[in-house]
Amino acid sequence: MTLTLAPASRRAAGRARGHRRRAALTWIATHALALALAIMFLAPLAFIALTAVMTDHQALTSRLWPEHWEWGNFAEIFQKAPLLTWILNTLMYAVLATVFMLVSSIPVAYALARFRFPGRKVATLLVITTMMLPPQVVAVPVYILWARFHLTGTLWPLILPMLLGDAFSIFLLRQFLVTIPKEYSDAARVDGYGEFGTLVRVILPMARPAIAAVALFQFFYCWNDYYGPLLYAGTDTSHWTLSIGLASFRAVHRVQWNLTMAATLLAMAPVIIVFFFAQKAFIEGVKLTGVK
Amino acid sequence: MATTTLGRRGRAVPVGGRHRPALRALLYLSPWLAGFSVFFAYPLIATVYFSFQRYDLFTLEPVGLLNYRYFLQDEAAWTAIRNTLWLVVVMVPARLLFGLGVAQLVTKLKAGAGFYRTVFYLPSLVPLVAGTLGFVYLLNPGTGPVPTILSAVGLPSPDWFGDPGWAKPGLTLLGLWSVGDLMVIFLAALLDVPKQLYEAAALDGAGPWQQFFHVTLPVIRPVLMFAAVTGVIQTLQYFTQAMVAARVASGSTDSAGSVFTPGYPAQSTLTFPEWLFHQGFRDFAMGYACVLALILFAVSMVFTLFLLRQFRGLAEEDA
Repeated sequence: MTLTLAPASRRAAGRARGHRRRAALTWIATHALALALAIMFLAPLAFIALTAVMTDHQALTSRLWPEHWEWGNFAEIFQKAPLLTWILNTLMYAVLATVFMLVSSIPVAYALARFRFPGRKVATLLVITTMMLPPQVVAVPVYILWARFHLTGTLWPLILPMLLGDAFSIFLLRQFLVTIPKEYSDAARVDGYGEFGTLVRVILPMARPAIAAVALFQFFYCWNDYYGPLLYAGTDTSHWTLSIGLASFRAVHRVQWNLTMAATLLAMAPVIIVFFFAQKAFIEGVKLTGVK
Repeated sequence: MATTTLGRRGRAVPVGGRHRPALRALLYLSPWLAGFSVFFAYPLIATVYFSFQRYDLFTLEPVGLLNYRYFLQDEAAWTAIRNTLWLVVVMVPARLLFGLGVAQLVTKLKAGAGFYRTVFYLPSLVPLVAGTLGFVYLLNPGTGPVPTILSAVGLPSPDWFGDPGWAKPGLTLLGLWSVGDLMVIFLAALLDVPKQLYEAAALDGAGPWQQFFHVTLPVIRPVLMFAAVTGVIQTLQYFTQAMVAARVASGSTDSAGSVFTPGYPAQSTLTFPEWLFHQGFRDFAMGYACVLALILFAVSMVFTLFLLRQFRGLAEEDA
């Protein structure tokens, strides 16, 4: 008995050691791969930041590390282009559109998630369909409509429609609201709240993560939007947003990659900063769109 | 169905009359109903009408099927269709595979998973214009860091956004860099796969690859499908990156409103929405742009309907 047991346990110990070694190797390989990927994901941002503080001359010499740190580049881009105007325009567009979207979309999402009425399914399907269809599909008549109101050449054609709801936000909010158990609204009813009171006092506080997510998505959509402003902002640079200004920046400062990258970094910075404060809201929002 | 509510003693009490719920729903839905009619239903009908007209924002002239006949021989439109198709066939699957691979990798990391998830997600938030501008610079021969590094290790680097054969791969690289939103969706799906399924598979002697193909893939298939179809729909709208890359790489002095031939180099990055934009809002051939819009509508609608069929539960999971 002992004779047979000894080699068996030795073999088992050897197998365990082999397992442990394989596990260690897998661990190292996985982390090495993750680290390499992380460097590749961060490298573009790092190179953009480094070029932004290079001298004009150095940005043309394919050196990777700045010889002098030219912090003055950031001041220079504000002198060379109406960046401040563009930033303020972009902020106005993003803030107003986000506020308008919330005011109009929350009741719609609530009705689609909670009310029983004929046509509810059709309405939800139409929201999803408008969310999926490219904005270019209806661009021509919508543009003509705004031209009739003499609002082309401004950002209002992008802001005002948000008063009438945004399909993507409605869909996202609805997906969240259907997950709130009915019992909460029933309890609110017992407490004497009407439908609107229930929405404001009970549902909205519970839906805060979803509301934060759609607000952030809307804000960043506007901050990043290029197609909309390109269509409507016109030729007067005082109505431009940061994205149009940035896209034309290099044409004006043809070989000055350092200044172009400084402006690029400036457009990215708020996004990156806000992301670090509101990571959870972003990630929850993306997960919600993943539809289980 | 009569709406009921629980009264004080737990008995069901009907609320209002027969029509109250419908009226109340109408009230809550009214902003969206107005928006849907003004910014969707009406323009869709108007698009059909304008597609039979020659229209430059000032004069309207009925031309029958002329715009449609013009489309058949519009070579730039067909180039744009081929380019958009290229992106659908290459970039969409590449992003799906890469996004899934990165998500799978993150599930394997115990230490630092949060850090890596943050790093991989962050680029997908970077403004498209800024990211595109950055990539054109990074890949720019002579001054960009990528060719510099490649040549330092003895590798040749193509003239990415200056060579018609390399511009779309350049855009694909940009698409892979910003794969973070897909990664988050896939990661959520992967973490939802029941652990017991893996344990059962391991007991049956399944290795890591077999577990992936026989457990992971079937379970996350609906999410993959959703990501694939929405990926195609998004690619049909591909505009900003192509437009900005072409403009920056060509050094064009175009500003909103002036003349610019998109698709640099040699129409290799001209996408369908770009051609629509150019025809409608730069050349003011608005009737013809409506023909292009209807084609875009038809193709997107096919994919949207397919999506809705696959995810019938999307609108009724609570019903």
